[in-house]
Amino acid sequence: MALRGNLRDFTITQLLNLINLARKTGTLIVEGPSETAQVSFRDGKLAYAQIGREDGGLASILYKANKLSAGQYRAIQQRAGSISDKELGLLLINAGYVTQEDILTNLQQHFTDIVQRLFTWVEGFFRFENDQLPPEDRINVRLDLENLIIEGSRQLREWEQLQDEIPSLDMALKFTDRPDANLRKVNLSVEEWRVVSYINPKNTIRQIANATKMNDLEIRRIVYGLLQAGLVEICRPEGAPPPPPARMFPTENKDEQKSLVNRLINRIRSL
Amino acid sequence: MQTVKMVVTGPFNAGKTEFIRSVSEIDVVSTERKISSALERTVKEATTVAMDFGRITVDEDLVLYLFGTPGQKRFDFMWEILSEGMLGFIVLVDSTRPETFREARSILETFRAYAPTPYVVAANKQDKKDAWELEDMRLALRLDSKVKFLPCVATDRDSVKTVLLELLYSILAEMEGGEK
Repeated sequence: MALRGNLRDFTITQLLNLINLARKTGTLIVEGPSETAQVSFRDGKLAYAQIGREDGGLASILYKANKLSAGQYRAIQQRAGSISDKELGLLLINAGYVTQEDILTNLQQHFTDIVQRLFTWVEGFFRFENDQLPPEDRINVRLDLENLIIEGSRQLREWEQLQDEIPSLDMALKFTDRPDANLRKVNLSVEEWRVVSYINPKNTIRQIANATKMNDLEIRRIVYGLLQAGLVEICRPEGAPPPPPARMFPTENKDEQKSLVNRLINRIRSL
Repeated sequence: MQTVKMVVTGPFNAGKTEFIRSVSEIDVVSTERKISSALERTVKEATTVAMDFGRITVDEDLVLYLFGTPGQKRFDFMWEILSEGMLGFIVLVDSTRPETFREARSILETFRAYAPTPYVVAANKQDKKDAWELEDMRLALRLDSKVKFLPCVATDRDSVKTVLLELLYSILAEMEGGEK
């Protein structure tokens, strides 16, 4: 039977474990909430990964890893034309711009990052296409899955805890009015400062994540730290459309509503 | 006949069923089932799986319904249904089980996201000798100083009355505040 299903029933970590144990060769296609990822394996080892429409070409990966300058990257884009990643890799090594180890290390890191991003996907569908291999022109790696599986299990536990702490990303954040809460006294990372710069009761946590290009796990991790430090608190977003009206009172008349609450108070007192 | 409702929520074994039982004029309609998990069975034998349901008749025209939510996370699909149209909600926390505080915090945030209605948090089992101090609990639960956080003994009717009254005072205050 084809390996396909829902991430709610079968997590990415469980899938990696299965692929590892069965030494599978093929491509795992995961359709997440907003994009699709393709992760290829050979004999149970990670070979290649691509997510959404992100440029997963060798030049782009090496440029992002600061192994190529902006000028070199631009020149490759303009001149290399339809050259394959394998050919480009050879050219770059022969020209002395990078080493073979640079290429492999950065590709492994890039593919690992993609798989780690998948660990935060809890909604979506997956299918495993046996024997479907990555595009011919791309460089493959051979990466053992054990470390990824252990990291995935760790992240899953962290994810579950963070979801408990911050169940909804549609809430907003505001700075606490505690007199001893002073941001200047706290050592924040660059990412934390980026999040802090967007904190405003008008912005939902989801909007902050989009603006700072963070995934659900990353934004929850930072918000959790700020909450724990007592610097911010969760509030309902200002100016957000109210939730669908549910009739709280059997009457629309404000005076009758107040009278009703007063009757409830009197009755409870008399119990 | 007019009806209004309030919701009593909180983690597993916080005392929600007892809370409603203490003031309901009818035997609480409970959907308790024997617990299947061996770990949870060490805490209690049966748990609410859909909801608890209690009633207080105010007068011939008005009835207050109290709904208790199931505490276990796997029944949380019931929460949103139960929260619809509520006047306000009470989050009950077991003062003797700090391991449930984080879940209580999560439940509170979930209900706040459902509806902008007033709420109070009640520290249940304050009569037990290993109960946490209220101020320590407030810090552990990261409750703002403006949030009403009340001591409670769910088996004691007067204590439950106080919690319900505080929630009603908050509802009234919000209505009056909204008019300004």
